[in-house]
Amino acid sequence: MAIVAQSSKYGDIGRAILAWAVGLLFFFPIFWLVLTSFKTDADAVKPEFLFFFTPTLENYLNMTENYDYWRFATNSVITSVFATVFALAVGIPCAYAMAFKPTRGTKDLLMWMLSTKMLPAAAVLYPMTFLTKSLGLFDTHFMVIVVLMLINLPIVIWMLFTYFKEIPKEIIEAGQMDGVNTWGEIREILIPLAWGGIASTALLCFIFCWNEAYWTVRLTTTEAATLSKLIEGNRAPEGLFFGRLSAVSAAAVGPIIVLGWFCQKQLVQGLTFGAVK
Amino acid sequence: MGRIVLENVTKSFGSTEVIPPLNLTIEDGEFAVFVGPSGCGKSTLLRVIAGLEDATSGKVLIDDEDVTEISPSKRGLAMVFQTYALYPHMSVRKNIAFPMRMAGMSEEEQEKRITAAANSLNLTDYLDRKPGQLSGGQRQRVAIGRAIVRDPSAFLFDEPLSNLDAALRVGMRLEITEMHERMKTTMIYVTHDQVEAMTMANKIVVLQAGVIEQVGSPLELYHRPRNKFVAGFIGSPKMNLIEGALAEEQAAHTIGIRPEHLSISDKEGLWQGTVGVAEHLGSDTFIHIHGIEGCDPMTMRAAGDVSFNHGDRVYLTPDATQIHKFDAQGLRVE
Repeated sequence: MAIVAQSSKYGDIGRAILAWAVGLLFFFPIFWLVLTSFKTDADAVKPEFLFFFTPTLENYLNMTENYDYWRFATNSVITSVFATVFALAVGIPCAYAMAFKPTRGTKDLLMWMLSTKMLPAAAVLYPMTFLTKSLGLFDTHFMVIVVLMLINLPIVIWMLFTYFKEIPKEIIEAGQMDGVNTWGEIREILIPLAWGGIASTALLCFIFCWNEAYWTVRLTTTEAATLSKLIEGNRAPEGLFFGRLSAVSAAAVGPIIVLGWFCQKQLVQGLTFGAVK
Repeated sequence: MGRIVLENVTKSFGSTEVIPPLNLTIEDGEFAVFVGPSGCGKSTLLRVIAGLEDATSGKVLIDDEDVTEISPSKRGLAMVFQTYALYPHMSVRKNIAFPMRMAGMSEEEQEKRITAAANSLNLTDYLDRKPGQLSGGQRQRVAIGRAIVRDPSAFLFDEPLSNLDAALRVGMRLEITEMHERMKTTMIYVTHDQVEAMTMANKIVVLQAGVIEQVGSPLELYHRPRNKFVAGFIGSPKMNLIEGALAEEQAAHTIGIRPEHLSISDKEGLWQGTVGVAEHLGSDTFIHIHGIEGCDPMTMRAAGDVSFNHGDRVYLTPDATQIHKFDAQGLRVE
């Protein structure tokens, strides 16, 4: 008995050390980024100033004064929020139908949707650019929202489908017997029951939209440009201005890290307890 | 009103036909029980009536109205599921109110019916709890409450007591039967338990492989089973089915005799055998007897406590008026 307890104690310590090591490994680049953002461009490239330097807010002040950070940030918020809302508006009914009214083609359809994620984005760069320009939608919020929604829709539907599958079919059937129509089933039963799953899907979709760079960089210039475009614009080919670039990057990823930090607990919740047996 | 008629209803899943053409009428106010071994299509049939499964062909009529193409929500039926299927995010009160809210009933009327249902189902103290905080029996009561407040034209029960323990099951069985006596609403009840079927039904529908083997009152099925399957399925312990020489003496392919229609003696009798296991229930004793040709072991039921030892040589005598005869196809011969 004692031996078992002893060895599991060492096991716990080992696991804790491993977890911290992995955690630090992931955290280090962000820490580095934030650290560099408080250095001058000159200090940033000097190894002797790795940890010991005179911190400055110059990069951040510079960013808000010269590059209109807030406009880019607002665009990021607008496009990510709307793309997420629309992706859910389309994805929830879609995943509902697949989870509760499957047909013979449902599995193939799901696989096909996922396969679109395997297509290299570059393959459709020309048609997309041509299309947006000829429709007069280049550098508009609308276009960015539509593109962000479309590229995330397969993941959104897959995630929602997986969560909806967890809900016992009988609960939906009980709803049908109790006189609700399809919309009622979704609103009254499905959404409240899958709330945790929907929230984590929304969060993930939002993060993907926020971080998206390939299309937002290429389909915008100024009007609808997001923070990815701001980072891109500050990237000097010679590798200079590290401090400035770090400040821009930190300010771009900051909000999403904070959001994820606060939401992590809310995401882990299941509501289906006690529904059946 | 709740007269339910099935006309040539069939159901296939892909190329597998689970219900071949089937005709059945359940009269208004009847308590019909669909009983059969698992996989016999009884639940599927109930789901076709509910509308949760589409009939592949044929018609479902409720009060002479063809509802085959009508969605479950518009058929005016209420269903109680084996897994209770309560809404876990709603309190008991909200669960019960749900169908009424969906029907657009006034708040006062809803409250009145919730109170009445809660009183009759002993749920008054639990109205503000969530389903997760209730026991299995209480959850099933909530499911029944949710069904009765709607005033449906018929209740459908899909093995509602299977998840409950034995003692609770007997109690709930009585409650549902009493509810039927009180309400006189049509009820269709699916079970694999023939005791539930016998004790609750006015009409039992015995199913095997999607085919109706016999429809009748519990005692009709007990006394005059139409074939060997029904004879063996209805009654507990099972009817002894005897083939071979003993059956031929009676001019039949198979004869059946229920355990309660056999008498036992250690001195004389018609059939000789040796005692195997004896099961003492107090009120009855089930004795399994080996060595009788064509039926091994043969079970007999003796009232009270009868003591025979394992290996004792005994004689069994059937009550001649209670022998059931079946032909080579398994059909009853008069």
